[in-house]
Amino acid sequence: MTIRTVRNLRRISQILFFGIFFWLVLKTTFEVDFNPVDPSEIRLPYPVSIALEFDPLAALATVLSSGTLYKGLLWSLVILIPTIFLGRFFCGWVCPLGSLNHWVSEIRSERLKRKGARKIESNRYKKYQRIKYYILLIFLAASLMGTLQIGLLDPLALLARSIGTVVLPMMHTAAAGMLGWVKGLGSQTLANAAQQGYDLVAPLLLTYRQSFFHTILTIGTLFFLILALNRIFTRFWCRGICPLGALLGIFSRFAFLGLRKDEKTCTHCDLCVLSCQGADNPDIGSKWRQAECHLCLNCQASCPEGSLSFRFFPNQEVTKENPAGTAEINITRRKAALSLASGLALFPLFRSGDAFAVNANPRLVRPPGSLPEEEFTARCIRCGQCMRVCPNNALHPTFLQAGLESMWSPILIAKIGYCEPTCTLCGQVCPTGAIMELTMKEKVGDKDTAPNRIGTAFIDRGRCLPWAMATPCIVCEEWCPTSPKAVYLQEETVYDSKGNAVAVKRPYVDPHLCTGCGACEFACPISDRAAIYLTSAGETRSVKNQFLLEKNRRKAPLERRTS
Amino acid sequence: MRRREFLEKTGKAVALAAVTGGAGMFFHNRTTARYTPLVVKSRSFEVAADTAFPKIALAEYSDPATAVSYALDAVGGIKRFVKPGEKVTIKPNIGWDRAPEQAANTNPVLVAEMVRICLEAGASDVVVTDISCNDPRRCFLRSGIRDAAEKAGARVLLPRPEDFVTTDLGGELLTVWPVLKHFIQTDRLINMPIVKQHSLSQCTIGMKNLYGILGGRRNQLHQQIDQSIVDLTAFCKPTLTVVDATRVLMRNGPTGGNLDDVAIENSVICATDPVAADARGAEFLGIDAERVKHIVLAEKTGLGTADYRGAGYKEINQ
Repeated sequence: MTIRTVRNLRRISQILFFGIFFWLVLKTTFEVDFNPVDPSEIRLPYPVSIALEFDPLAALATVLSSGTLYKGLLWSLVILIPTIFLGRFFCGWVCPLGSLNHWVSEIRSERLKRKGARKIESNRYKKYQRIKYYILLIFLAASLMGTLQIGLLDPLALLARSIGTVVLPMMHTAAAGMLGWVKGLGSQTLANAAQQGYDLVAPLLLTYRQSFFHTILTIGTLFFLILALNRIFTRFWCRGICPLGALLGIFSRFAFLGLRKDEKTCTHCDLCVLSCQGADNPDIGSKWRQAECHLCLNCQASCPEGSLSFRFFPNQEVTKENPAGTAEINITRRKAALSLASGLALFPLFRSGDAFAVNANPRLVRPPGSLPEEEFTARCIRCGQCMRVCPNNALHPTFLQAGLESMWSPILIAKIGYCEPTCTLCGQVCPTGAIMELTMKEKVGDKDTAPNRIGTAFIDRGRCLPWAMATPCIVCEEWCPTSPKAVYLQEETVYDSKGNAVAVKRPYVDPHLCTGCGACEFACPISDRAAIYLTSAGETRSVKNQFLLEKNRRKAPLERRTS
Repeated sequence: MRRREFLEKTGKAVALAAVTGGAGMFFHNRTTARYTPLVVKSRSFEVAADTAFPKIALAEYSDPATAVSYALDAVGGIKRFVKPGEKVTIKPNIGWDRAPEQAANTNPVLVAEMVRICLEAGASDVVVTDISCNDPRRCFLRSGIRDAAEKAGARVLLPRPEDFVTTDLGGELLTVWPVLKHFIQTDRLINMPIVKQHSLSQCTIGMKNLYGILGGRRNQLHQQIDQSIVDLTAFCKPTLTVVDATRVLMRNGPTGGNLDDVAIENSVICATDPVAADARGAEFLGIDAERVKHIVLAEKTGLGTADYRGAGYKEINQ
């Protein structure tokens, strides 16, 4: 097999893994034609979060923050252990965000724009590439304290979140908009053709119902900025920022596979430097940087003299003109210590604020099965899989509802969608167990089991039709899914503006029965700000956020299952 | 500046000014409202009255399929209602994410049997659909209706946004509403409700089930629920009402969820008179039709008779 064949294999691998990743996010949905084995308890047919479970950074950080390696995260060893022997093959061959950056940087970047010696220089190792190690250290130290921040910049979580909550909904809006525009042109033939095209695309790429997500501008801005930065620096994200790349760089310290440089045959054409993805100085005369190399093999494949070759245990003849490669990551001890200290300090910085506990947002309703907030924060990597899979578009990324500490973690916004009582999909797809997998019995409850409660509904009597406007309604009671209903009615006689007696049924909430699904808030005819609304009070996962004095107060059923 | 240059520049500036001004004038106060064409239901789904048959019949059999076939035969048989080549839309209640035994949705066995009967009578196309309250995917799936009706040969369609047509209902209260096209663009409409308790209208049976043809913010309809129900019935005038009283939801309707609230009645009503169907159905809930406002209002409007016995009521027992 020639080196060009191997390079083509790498290209195929990149396309394949990007395709798999995209497909998995796409399939993180409850499809219309899906026939589950058992319709009484709907489960997704594919392990749609498996790509995230292969993520060594998510694995390591959650081990540090929660003390446990959740379920499928053991798969991450499939990436991490070969990295110890081979180096950062993941970055060059597998990582879907890396591949995306690779392709975008091939469109136009400084490396392609400049001429002559500056063109070569622009693609050499630069000091800024150390930043990623400091970012990694900050995040790992923070994880150790129990505040998991890696999800902000972990490439797999970031890409899943960006595709799931930004790219795919954008495609839906664009497709529906184009369909409407063509139909508005007035030609029936065109309209039919457009509808046929839409019907062809819809089952492949679009969800059953269009999703609208909170704060996608912040998520989208970061994502598109990362792609745009490739114009200035080739793979700026991979080289300078990515904490997963940094982790794999550190783990490749003892790698067997390395670059052998043959000084004798080299003509110093520098084609190797020009095609390098990691900016790791593959040319003869500089120190090759193992920790920066993505193993893309471009240098070897582009060398016209065959002077470069990747070998196990490269026995290179070292001279002054041809120094050996190095596994050093070139960070200073002082800055490393500073990074670790800053990471540690993040915890008291976040937790001395009021947003976490003493003044938590009452509207911060977490998905059903979520762990207590402290453990939730230690596990959620903000991949957005729960938001993508939610059939009612109820789960959204937070912006500041949970404080900056938990930006982009899930929140249930009942106005947009309520929690479907028998649905357990969010817990099924959560890769880190921030949302525990509930059985339907645990969620809905039965005679012996208490239901999983995510909050409680409260009535705004000033806006409620029977309470404030002498008008019949009862929609909240009609929709209430518990049995007996948590929303109950009292018939009362009220007087309208003309003094006529009107018999209306006024709603009340029985907090002992309410599970906080939010169906009432969703269905309330006063749609801008519902007259019945959900807050997190009484949520099962919290010991503190309770307000009812109940005999035999039940233990939260999840407490037994946190490990 | 040369003369040529001057003329060229002036010419371009004047042209640009003309285009800008022209565009301003063109768009000024332009009517841009996009008209959504209003659909008016042109076809009647009803069949001609025939005194040879009662307007309502009830059959009680432990097998729902047997019950429906007997009740249907009593009111004239399927051939009276569905002619070969006709398109039929069946509207069960698929409102909630509930299993069949919880009695929040129409019995899937009954729906499947009705599909089979229509196809046997030569219907060219049988569509089964509803506008659910809960997530439609879950409702269609967990009600068992999608599976059962598809196996029986129907097209089970989940409503898509583009399937709604803005319709003039021509009602006393309800005028322009989005309606799912399958409930208008068909030859026959068979309404297949289930009998359930409801806190505002006391009972939800056939006429209330027609809420499910509407899109939009139909939760406003509750403010004048009786007139809304009557308007919808007057608009739809279904070919046939087949009431599922195999299981009856006695309390905590219309969502239910608790098996203790379900009474097993093993009965099916077939009626050409929607008011009579509701009046008989209400009895399963222990409600006297005279005290149900929408039934009384519907009778007063001339949509049928609440005195179902006067409509030649026939009962068939095992």
